[in-house]
Amino acid sequence: MIEIAVIGASWGGLNALTTVLSDLVCDELRATVVIAQHRSPESSQSVLPQLLGESSSAPVREASDKETIEPATIYLAPPDYHLLIEDGHFALATDARVQFARPSIDVLFETAAEVYGDRALGVILTGANADGAAGLRSIRERGGLTVVQDPATAERSAMPAAALAATPVDAVLPLDEIGPFLVRHCCGEPARVR
Amino acid sequence: MATRERNETVGTPAQARDELERLEIQLLLEAIFRRYGFDFREYAPASLKRRLSRRIDAEKLTTVSGLQERVLHDPAAMERLLLDLSINVTAMFRDPTFYVAFREKVVPLLRTYPFTRIWNAGCSTGEEVYSLAMLLEEEGLYDTTRIYATDINEAVLEQARAGVFPLDKMREYTQNYIRAGGKRAFSEYYVAAYDAAQFDRRLIRNVVFAQHNLVSDRSFNEFNVIVCRNVMIYFDRSLQDHVHELFYESLPTFGVLALGHKESIAFSPHAESYEELDAQEKLYRKVR
Repeated sequence: MIEIAVIGASWGGLNALTTVLSDLVCDELRATVVIAQHRSPESSQSVLPQLLGESSSAPVREASDKETIEPATIYLAPPDYHLLIEDGHFALATDARVQFARPSIDVLFETAAEVYGDRALGVILTGANADGAAGLRSIRERGGLTVVQDPATAERSAMPAAALAATPVDAVLPLDEIGPFLVRHCCGEPARVR
Repeated sequence: MATRERNETVGTPAQARDELERLEIQLLLEAIFRRYGFDFREYAPASLKRRLSRRIDAEKLTTVSGLQERVLHDPAAMERLLLDLSINVTAMFRDPTFYVAFREKVVPLLRTYPFTRIWNAGCSTGEEVYSLAMLLEEEGLYDTTRIYATDINEAVLEQARAGVFPLDKMREYTQNYIRAGGKRAFSEYYVAAYDAAQFDRRLIRNVVFAQHNLVSDRSFNEFNVIVCRNVMIYFDRSLQDHVHELFYESLPTFGVLALGHKESIAFSPHAESYEELDAQEKLYRKVR
């Protein structure tokens, strides 16, 4: 059972995330979803969560330091901070950029991998750099599920391509199949009709 | 008869390495505390681990245990590690909107006092101290203000005193300064020399730089304002509670506490004692 899905996105991420979140529709979202989207330090605190919230059926909010990680909630790394996963809560850091990025997808993924092991799922979406590749490998090495957007369907292919070069993955999917993949792993079983 | 207790590791080889590393980190922090008195045992583990990894790479070592051996036998290596663990990366006028709110909501309060004491706790290399000094100078308050800038690490205080910052940061800082409501030309505050910017010494004429350890030292004065932004994010919850206690004791009624954008006072034991001056900018005022 997946308890946390971490998603990394960079250039083109807003469109890709909007698609994924609007496809993530189920009666009972069980997992926590955490997104690291590269954005400028000046970006307003409220706009991105609001935009993503409009396309999502679950609440979307920026994570605060030491905030308890709740299931069925979509969290976003705040601008100009690294977002780290600790046991049961988030932590933030203002340490130097990693791969030119803060928030760093690698930092989010590596810390999620260590805490959640095979209960973590990592998704790398569009982007023009190599962030997230090492993090996705960390998730894979700890038994978690790994998914990469098919570079051919990505607005920028470098980031998904770098992830595929770094690690074997469980699935390479076109953008419109990523939401349904998350539904299969992050939602409760729909009631069976006998 | 001796019994043998061992945590059986289940999981992948990478998880077995993680588990071993958690043990090594515990031992390292215990060793540093007992050998040097610096207590990092209640630091937030995830970022601490990343900082240790960077130091291990920089020392060309491969394990935490290797780092432990080196810092125990070589105080210079401990100095380098201390720098890694205590430097908080920040920028002048980081979060310009914070300084706008400070001008609008804190400055009017300060005008009602004949003299103001501000504590910049965990000042690191001083970017925030200089930013506050400029703001207060421009508001005509600096000559009745004393800023106490403290950090655990004497080496970063030395850098802060020197007031020399990389020239290539000035573009970013200038933009921040303008967006923060700066009233002059930012370049009036520094002189460029080679790849460095030397800031005006007059900016620190009312700054007292002092070593202070938020983990182990007591309150040392009463302050009208405490600025401690993005410092406690490196602490675990229990250490954060401890520091909140320290700040509570150091503020008079109506004293102001400024935290980072994503730090919430809601988790602190004194949450009920503060009211919001500006919720978005995490400016609080002690009311009881």
